[in-house]
Amino acid sequence: MTEITKHEPTTIYIKPSKGFAALNLRDLWVYRELVFFMIWRDIKVRYKQTMLGALWAIIQPILTMLVFNFLLNRGVLNVQSDGIPYPIFSYTGLLPWGLFVAALNQASRSLTSNHNMITKIYFPRLILPVASVLGGLVDFVIAFIVLIGMMIYFKVSPAWSVLWTLPLFLLLAIVTALGVALWLSAINVQYRDVNYALPFLTQFWLFITPVIYSSSGFSEKMRLAYSLNPMAGVVNGFRWALLGSGTGPDASLWVSVAISFLVLFGGLFYFRNMEKTFADTI
Amino acid sequence: MTTAISVKNIGKQYRIGAAQTKFKYGMLREVLVDAAMMPVRMYKALTGQGARGTTNTSSFWALKDVSFDVEEGSVLGIVGRNGAGKSTLLKILSRVTEPTVGTVSVRGRVGSLLEVGTGFHPELTGRENIFMNGAILGMKNAEIESKFDEIVDFSEVSQFIDTPVKRYSSGMYLRLAFAVAAHLEPEILVVDEVLAVGDAEFQRKCLGKMGDVAQQGRTVLFVSHNMSAILRLTQEAIVLNKGQLIMRAPTQEAVDFYLSSGQSQAGEQVWDAEDVPAASAPFRPISLKVKDRSGKVVDTVRSTEPVHIEFEYQLDAPITGLRIGLYLSTMRGEYVLASFDTDDAEMFDKFDSRKSGRFVSRAEIPADIFNEGRYSLGVNASSFGVRRYFMDENALAFNVDISGAPGTQWGEPRVGPVRPRLNWKIEKLD
Repeated sequence: MTEITKHEPTTIYIKPSKGFAALNLRDLWVYRELVFFMIWRDIKVRYKQTMLGALWAIIQPILTMLVFNFLLNRGVLNVQSDGIPYPIFSYTGLLPWGLFVAALNQASRSLTSNHNMITKIYFPRLILPVASVLGGLVDFVIAFIVLIGMMIYFKVSPAWSVLWTLPLFLLLAIVTALGVALWLSAINVQYRDVNYALPFLTQFWLFITPVIYSSSGFSEKMRLAYSLNPMAGVVNGFRWALLGSGTGPDASLWVSVAISFLVLFGGLFYFRNMEKTFADTI
Repeated sequence: MTTAISVKNIGKQYRIGAAQTKFKYGMLREVLVDAAMMPVRMYKALTGQGARGTTNTSSFWALKDVSFDVEEGSVLGIVGRNGAGKSTLLKILSRVTEPTVGTVSVRGRVGSLLEVGTGFHPELTGRENIFMNGAILGMKNAEIESKFDEIVDFSEVSQFIDTPVKRYSSGMYLRLAFAVAAHLEPEILVVDEVLAVGDAEFQRKCLGKMGDVAQQGRTVLFVSHNMSAILRLTQEAIVLNKGQLIMRAPTQEAVDFYLSSGQSQAGEQVWDAEDVPAASAPFRPISLKVKDRSGKVVDTVRSTEPVHIEFEYQLDAPITGLRIGLYLSTMRGEYVLASFDTDDAEMFDKFDSRKSGRFVSRAEIPADIFNEGRYSLGVNASSFGVRRYFMDENALAFNVDISGAPGTQWGEPRVGPVRPRLNWKIEKLD
């Protein structure tokens, strides 16, 4: 048998963790290959035995966009789009929104659907929701290609700054999604109510996020209240970076960023604290 | 010699019935109240109060005050009855669950033959699953690549390596899964009752691999109900009973102790008044016994002799339509048979209604029925279509020894839970 590495075995100490569980992100680093494998597995399996395959990644946002466009044209819907053609306006909002919703859906079930791994093998449990959230990026990229096509068609050209502003807003979207996903996945281990509550949560959240409408006509007070929802910051940021709509980042963005990181760190600590009971309660 | 595993005073407490008792007044309201209390509980959890210390749920210690050391390169057997804490111990050692108290230090990677196939995805091909499963078991990508050919050879499925494993037969699936686990080469290998899964061929491979691992100077923990396997493969063993370590000795001594110490319990289950759920009334089980031909309560019966089963019970009020059922199953959970004391029409007429008082229902299972192995005996008391009074699916377990049974001269394991003596005839036809 071939011996790859003849390393001195490390000693692991197992004892009950008391109070604050250390975040232990180092463990996540040691198992980084598993993160990639889990993402790869999720992507490989996602559209297996479907007829349309990865086309689903663009069918969903395009159909949603068409429906809202139809409602707007028929006068059912009366919303502002900052003077930007509504199809591209709403599609740009639906992109990060789709990423967010898919991340929550996948990640909230990530622990319960892998319960046989959790009850049999040790590995950092954080890997499961993290991989679910990151796995959604592939669909995002596919749907983004359609946006590029639309931008060419509608002759919208972003400023050069998009190259660094867009990744930052994408990062904010991921941080927000991961933060909420950590809470939901850990709660779901004990209370499967999450499965039933999630559709309502995302639907409600869609209404308070300027995905299909613009929040630029809102009063200053209203906009500050809106910034308490980090996804509002993300969606407005996407539009500003890609389409140049709105006034761009202001103080309210920092509120969004702060809240989103607060949710993430809260989620990390909650997850780590519940982690030790996962195998017993799942 | 260095110490591979050092277990110090560990205990594991489980809460029982917590999930049921928590929301006993209807789900929604309780959940909402519970959600509203979340900040309070969070605060308590974060400040280290509550959670573990809460008292209003009943709890039991699956493991209590267990300490032992294992030298590097030794093979240690772990024996104990069902519920003695063996699986809990292994789960703590492999870091799946945390001990409630105590510490363990483990030197090196812990691998387990229990984990075979965990994380296998049916839609992925054999090749993809090897990489996936390897990563889950903690192998580095380069490590898997270098052992890939070896794993495929060992699994004997090279022809189908690019086929999704959902198209595999269960045997192929198991072989591939085992091949990956077997090539993990952990410093410490944990084997939990592998003999309970797979066919004889697979079991031989598992045991062979265990022997190899031990010879390479790695540490092996071996848990099994099969005493002959424990005796063959380990030099030393520990005995667990009700969560406590009651003995550590050379294997022969430990096995003798285990088999004899349980004599009063083995082959016999006695229900104390507090063990019987109140809902069972007016039915009250008293004892269940397995006896051999001479009427002695035994843990091991011979396949070539009839087995006598006695179930004693008390009726605190008359019951109409009562029937006592026996359920026999293998340790893998497959049913072998079910039988009721009033199956026979004559018995049914005679005992359809039973007065209050003490009864015993006796059954004789004829000789030449069972194959070698361990069987679980369950009992049930019900009135058909009306009510189930009492049920204990695993009331007791007994072993079957096959010496002298048909076909033993070949010394190979026979498949299946039954080993009847069939009436063979051979004729010459030309």
